[in-house]
Amino acid sequence: MSSGETLASLDYSILQQCMHCGMCLPTCPTYDATKNEQHSPRGRISLMRAIADGKLTPTQAFGKEMSYCLGCLACETACPAGVDYTHLFETARAEIEQAGALANPFRTFLRFLTLKFLFAHPRLLRWVGRLFWLYQISGTQALLRGLGLMRLFPERLRELEPMTPNIQKKFSPQLIQPLEKPKGSVRFRVALLTGCVQDLAFSDINRDTADVLLANGCEVVTPPVQPCCGSLHAHNGDPGTAEVLARKMIDLLDPFSLDAVITNAAGCGSHLKNYGRLLRADPRYAQRAGEWDRKVKDIHEWLVEVGFRAPRSEIREKVTYHEACHLCHGQKITQQPRQILRAIPGLELVELPESTWCCGSAGIYNITQPDTAAALRGRKIGHIESTGAGTVVTSNPGCHLQISTGLRLRGSTVRVSQPVSLLARAYRKELPGGRPPQGSAAGGARNVRALAG
Amino acid sequence: MAFGGNLPVSLRAGCPGLEVRDQREELIPYSFDGTAVLQQLPAAVVFAKSTAEVASVLRWSSQNKVPVVTRGSGTGLSGGSVPVSGGIVLCLSKMDKILEVDSDNLTLRAESGAITAAITEAAEKAGLFYPPDPGSMKISTIGGNVAENSGGLRGLKYGVTRDYVMGLEVVLSGGEVVWTGNQCVKDVAGYTLRDLFIGSEGTLGVITQVLLKLIPPPAARKTMLAVYDDMEKAARTVSAIIAAKIIPCTLEFLDRVTIHCVEDYAKIGLPRDAEAILLMETDGYPAAVEAEAAAMEKIARANGARSLQTAANAAEAAALATARRSAFSALARVAPTTILEDATVPRDRLAEMIRFIQEIGKKHRLRIGTFGHMGDGNLHPTFLTDEKNREEMHRVEVAMKEIFHKAVALGGTITGEHGVGLAKKEFLEGAVGRLNVEIMRRIKQALDPDGLLNPGKIFNPS
Repeated sequence: MSSGETLASLDYSILQQCMHCGMCLPTCPTYDATKNEQHSPRGRISLMRAIADGKLTPTQAFGKEMSYCLGCLACETACPAGVDYTHLFETARAEIEQAGALANPFRTFLRFLTLKFLFAHPRLLRWVGRLFWLYQISGTQALLRGLGLMRLFPERLRELEPMTPNIQKKFSPQLIQPLEKPKGSVRFRVALLTGCVQDLAFSDINRDTADVLLANGCEVVTPPVQPCCGSLHAHNGDPGTAEVLARKMIDLLDPFSLDAVITNAAGCGSHLKNYGRLLRADPRYAQRAGEWDRKVKDIHEWLVEVGFRAPRSEIREKVTYHEACHLCHGQKITQQPRQILRAIPGLELVELPESTWCCGSAGIYNITQPDTAAALRGRKIGHIESTGAGTVVTSNPGCHLQISTGLRLRGSTVRVSQPVSLLARAYRKELPGGRPPQGSAAGGARNVRALAG
Repeated sequence: MAFGGNLPVSLRAGCPGLEVRDQREELIPYSFDGTAVLQQLPAAVVFAKSTAEVASVLRWSSQNKVPVVTRGSGTGLSGGSVPVSGGIVLCLSKMDKILEVDSDNLTLRAESGAITAAITEAAEKAGLFYPPDPGSMKISTIGGNVAENSGGLRGLKYGVTRDYVMGLEVVLSGGEVVWTGNQCVKDVAGYTLRDLFIGSEGTLGVITQVLLKLIPPPAARKTMLAVYDDMEKAARTVSAIIAAKIIPCTLEFLDRVTIHCVEDYAKIGLPRDAEAILLMETDGYPAAVEAEAAAMEKIARANGARSLQTAANAAEAAALATARRSAFSALARVAPTTILEDATVPRDRLAEMIRFIQEIGKKHRLRIGTFGHMGDGNLHPTFLTDEKNREEMHRVEVAMKEIFHKAVALGGTITGEHGVGLAKKEFLEGAVGRLNVEIMRRIKQALDPDGLLNPGKIFNPS
């Protein structure tokens, strides 16, 4: 989608591609919950088509419906006809904002604060993150929770407070140098995207990602200040800002000078691979955006593509894997994270029932639709507990936080981690003192590569 | 048949507690089913949660002379659940409970909104088998399957939905509730009324519960894939297998257009110069399966199969089935509008029918991929077109007409498993004759004198 595109101006064949066969219905969490077609991909597309045909306007009811959609893209995986629901979903949400179908002063203020202000200014976001860290580290959070003082806050704030991520003491630039070289020969030159939420809440995972890349012969370029990828904006009806951010990103990292642009957050990755579509009408960027799409690689995808080195040290743990929607549905990456986990000696991977079913995080869905999000979270936690695994891994900050919250509220002892962190840990254990590995080790190293086809 | 007053208000008053939806955004998603092009906005959509609620809706409908179109998951391919103008859609998707699996009598009882795949799973859990497997079984409802008498890939050996229905609970026009059938394997007490409702497409009553027959599952299975340079040779293989007194559970084919589309989409290494691919599967007692598979392999080679692969295990079997499983997806991606048809002919006329469809495609400059169930003569000519191109859509209509006429001329039928609905009613009389349609009208008149249940489907009111 590019800014200004509406359902009516959209290439009609994208809407027509839906042959309303209904195969998406059983994979849609909101249809599953309601058994009402209106809350299904096929139903939503029929409403979009009605708007495109001039038989319906973007009403408040339509706006609410599109807010109820998780955007998990499970329907895209199920669709026999290959409908580009991402494009339709983003266009519909943008049209709802243009029409002001859901507008009220508070919502408009919140949207401005998050989309145009916080998530458009990375330095500012880090500063706010620092304030949150102080709140948590100073004992204020513990005090408020301990004394039950949260009761004094408005209900919505009380519901949201347990979901606030634990902010890291150090953000990515304090952990990762702008340029880090592997010990041995350089096989590839890659950029590492540190993300927004990922940077504040999981900068350690960014460090792990850099370590894993170094251990596999990648020179890692990590600009200390990076723009938001614009995923939040594109998914929430602000394609204009999404385009601005995409241009900033491409200006910062020229895809032609890199072998790959690495992302470790599924939600970002899914959007980052769409810059070509986003900027296709911009002659100054269209070519670079196309190259950008080809160069963006999810970390798991990249590791398997280049044949990552299997670690030699063991991690004796029973692990289960929750698939982030925007990895398995948005990017169709399902086997690579499992291949990485299976390559770790001693690690027992047990399959999670409904591993591709949304956990309810879905970007900011757990804030906008708390009831549905909580129900999905409960369903996910139940499945995680049924596996008997001591650790659940996933690869998206939203899922990570959502599942952590769910486990904490349940009083569970199951840990949450990410495949790349387990791999980094296994590499580290190979070295005396567990120092971060630099460069690929020689002699007897087993390479893991994707099977052809 | 326009309703005089405020329909939703009257409906809510007449059926207290019933979930009634009437906003435009709530109606549009219920204005179509799985059939291409057909669309009609209903006046209201209601979600029944019990037989009593269904009865109250039909009572209200009779009193107020408002037509009712019953719907499950709306995956039908002949327009059977497309709403009627000014009528209400009675959706049974919320009546989805599996009520009982009886291992002593080998039966399963479920509400009609239960998903077909859930029934298959429930049977499996009890160590039993429910064979009908329509393509949409992951979401289709059992009530819809019964109302359309759905088929699937296992038709040749295991039959279709009708062969597994032992009893039905049906709400009649006016609201009376009747049970027809029971758990007895033998029962000749009077007319077998349940058979009347199977395949009736919601025109005679509303099915609210089904009692299904289950069978023991086959213990072993063997899968093969054969490639041919000539459709005739594939058809001869099928005839020879059956002449050898083997009834495989699967005999599925893809034609050249479909092979190309599958290869473009799935890139699984299918030979692009092949004219036909045949997926064959036999199941049953392990020793019998081994012997049958060996015989089928020999027959396929003797009848000119260019190459033949036999799966050694379940994973290989799944790989061989990929081509057939991807067929519809591969075709659906090619053009904006995909029209899936189901002309059916006796097995021995199949090659002739496929050749005819290919000629029709050339004659009318249309892309038609054909795949389907070679064992039971059920073809799926699939039109890859664009509904916005009116001139091309006209050619599609003409081509379809010629295909149906040919199927009937070869001793076949206009629909093997999708039903007549709206899409094929103009061809019904040509297929079954005037008297057959007349008898159907009399039955309809007896059970639904006001013509309120799915009116205008299968045939026009007299």
